[in-house]
Amino acid sequence: MSGQIITVQELYHCFKEVVAVDGISFDVKEGEIFSFLGPNGAGKSTAINVLTTLLPIQEGRATVAGYSVADDPQKVRESIGIVFQDVTLDRDMTCREILEFHGNLYRMPRQERKRRIDELLTLVQLENKQDVRTKHLSGGMKRRLEIARGLMTRPRVLFLDEPTIGLDPQTRMRMWEYIKDVNREGTTIFLTTHYMDEADQLSDRISIIDHGKIITTGRSFELKNALGEDLIYLETSDLAGTREVLSEMEMVKEITIKPRGISAMLNGDGTKVLPSIMETLATRRIRVNVVNVKKPSMDDVFVHYTGRELRDEGAERASSAVTRAGRR
Amino acid sequence: MHTGFFTIYRRDMIRFIRFKTLLISSLVQPALWMAFFGIAMSASFNRLTMEIPTLPGVPTVDYLTFMAAGVIAMTTLFTSLFGGITILFDKNWGLMREIFASPLPRTQIIFGIALSGMTKSFIQAGIIMAFALLIGADLFAGFTPAGTVFAILGILLFVGVFSLGFLFLSAAISISLESPEGLQGIITLLTMPIFFASNALYPINAFPPPLQAVSLANPLTYLVTGIRYFAIGNNFQAVGTQYTVTPSAIGFAFLFLAGFTLMMFGLAWWRFQKAVVT
Ligand SMILES: Nc1ncnc2c1ncn2[C@@H]1O[C@H](COP(=O)(O)OP(=O)(O)OP(=O)(O)O)[C@@H](O)[C@H]1O
Ligand SMILES: [Mg+2]
Repeated sequence: MSGQIITVQELYHCFKEVVAVDGISFDVKEGEIFSFLGPNGAGKSTAINVLTTLLPIQEGRATVAGYSVADDPQKVRESIGIVFQDVTLDRDMTCREILEFHGNLYRMPRQERKRRIDELLTLVQLENKQDVRTKHLSGGMKRRLEIARGLMTRPRVLFLDEPTIGLDPQTRMRMWEYIKDVNREGTTIFLTTHYMDEADQLSDRISIIDHGKIITTGRSFELKNALGEDLIYLETSDLAGTREVLSEMEMVKEITIKPRGISAMLNGDGTKVLPSIMETLATRRIRVNVVNVKKPSMDDVFVHYTGRELRDEGAERASSAVTRAGRR
Repeated sequence: MHTGFFTIYRRDMIRFIRFKTLLISSLVQPALWMAFFGIAMSASFNRLTMEIPTLPGVPTVDYLTFMAAGVIAMTTLFTSLFGGITILFDKNWGLMREIFASPLPRTQIIFGIALSGMTKSFIQAGIIMAFALLIGADLFAGFTPAGTVFAILGILLFVGVFSLGFLFLSAAISISLESPEGLQGIITLLTMPIFFASNALYPINAFPPPLQAVSLANPLTYLVTGIRYFAIGNNFQAVGTQYTVTPSAIGFAFLFLAGFTLMMFGLAWWRFQKAVVT
């Protein structure tokens, strides 16, 4: 639990004109779970591909497990494991063969290989599918098999590119638990995700990444606290009027117009401010239909920093529905 | 020694056995070549060459026996040039990423693919020889059992080195390409001149000089020479031409093939170092 196991300085990567990673710098501490949270096309996978030596370094510097990614790729590969974003299973091999093959690639001793395979097949509940070819598995089963494969070698750093995509809620929870277990046993985890809850629950630290740039980094509660203490959401008969009222309040830090309502980030305790807001609205004859006070969530953090909403899919579409409210 | 190639080798062999249509066609196809092409060609060649006076004291070999070596060589060429296609499938299915991100050195990938291709060529060469004998080719005629075993080993040695060379070439091409169709195109382009500008089906001494020069730089010619030397002998006549092969000529043929194979390995090594797989 000491030094930095990944260091990245001014990393830049482009595909022809498309700048996928635009000068990012960050460190990952040994033993932590670190997440990249960002929408589709943010550059998460590209960053992982560079760090795992699949793509060459174009500009910038990076080390993984103490080895330079540019100069010592072989050592880097010996220290890492990866679960790729999209399915990379041989359709005509059985689950057990897939894991055998992987163990052999990493030169795992026979006994250990067998023990680990049995353990992992049980964990991902594929024991009774072990001799089934992967083309006969459901999408979620494939994903589970891939996660099992990534966990097999207990690398020093494990890269998980959107690991729980396509899994049902129970399985996701189980995977999170297992990822945490693996982490407790000493493997540093580098995770990318566009699930808020995944980043929130799993990671020690989160970097929000968008358009190839890291926008902010911090612990989940730090990111939320930086936003403000409470978030008030209102649906009223007169949005413009409501906005005016809110922008005159002392404690209101930031206002965001939502598709059907308006939300305001507060500096202080929302329950204390709410009565005076309601009162002012009443004097202006603005009717309140919906009111809600809550702590900012990861979603709010994300919207705050990127100006877009992040949904399971269609992040691009959602972004057009949200307009950023100016500060006072 | 690093044994990582065996991991790749084994997976490729599992696939070879598992894809039944591929397996069966690759086993039956060479036999079909022998059956149809061989019998048809030898019927006409034997009739044409009946007129040619034979040299006294030199054993005469019929066309079927003569071309059996050519069919072995041709099959080895095709199979080996196609051998790299598994790399393209792996790339397209994203499977190569797992391998490229693993600590397995890239040379081991090349070796694994090449060895499985070589194994397939050995199996095919065996089938062709057995089938040729079955339909009446005079391979290993008058050999002692020990001599036959030695001859077969000699053939496999030549087939092995040759197939490695073309498998390395195929691997080098495949890792640089995006799609299996591209490889198919290149193979079609390569096999024509390699096959026809060689001594596989007819003697080269009647070729015009430029074509003769080409066939003398052609690895296939040396493979065929080697196979005939081991399967028929060092002095025989066929298609109106006398073939005498000295031990030094065989040595040269082998060295030529070995040199070619080394060069192709260099090419594959270089392409694999450059390769980016995502
Ligand atoms: N091989 C490639 N060739 C060309 N452009 C690419 C390639 N890979 C990625 N890109 C581009 O780089 C940008 C970043 O892509 P990347 O895959 O890193 O995003 P991501 O954050 O992983 O997104 P997602 O959440 O959808 O997986 C995108 O604009 C994408 O179009
Ligand atoms: Mg991605």
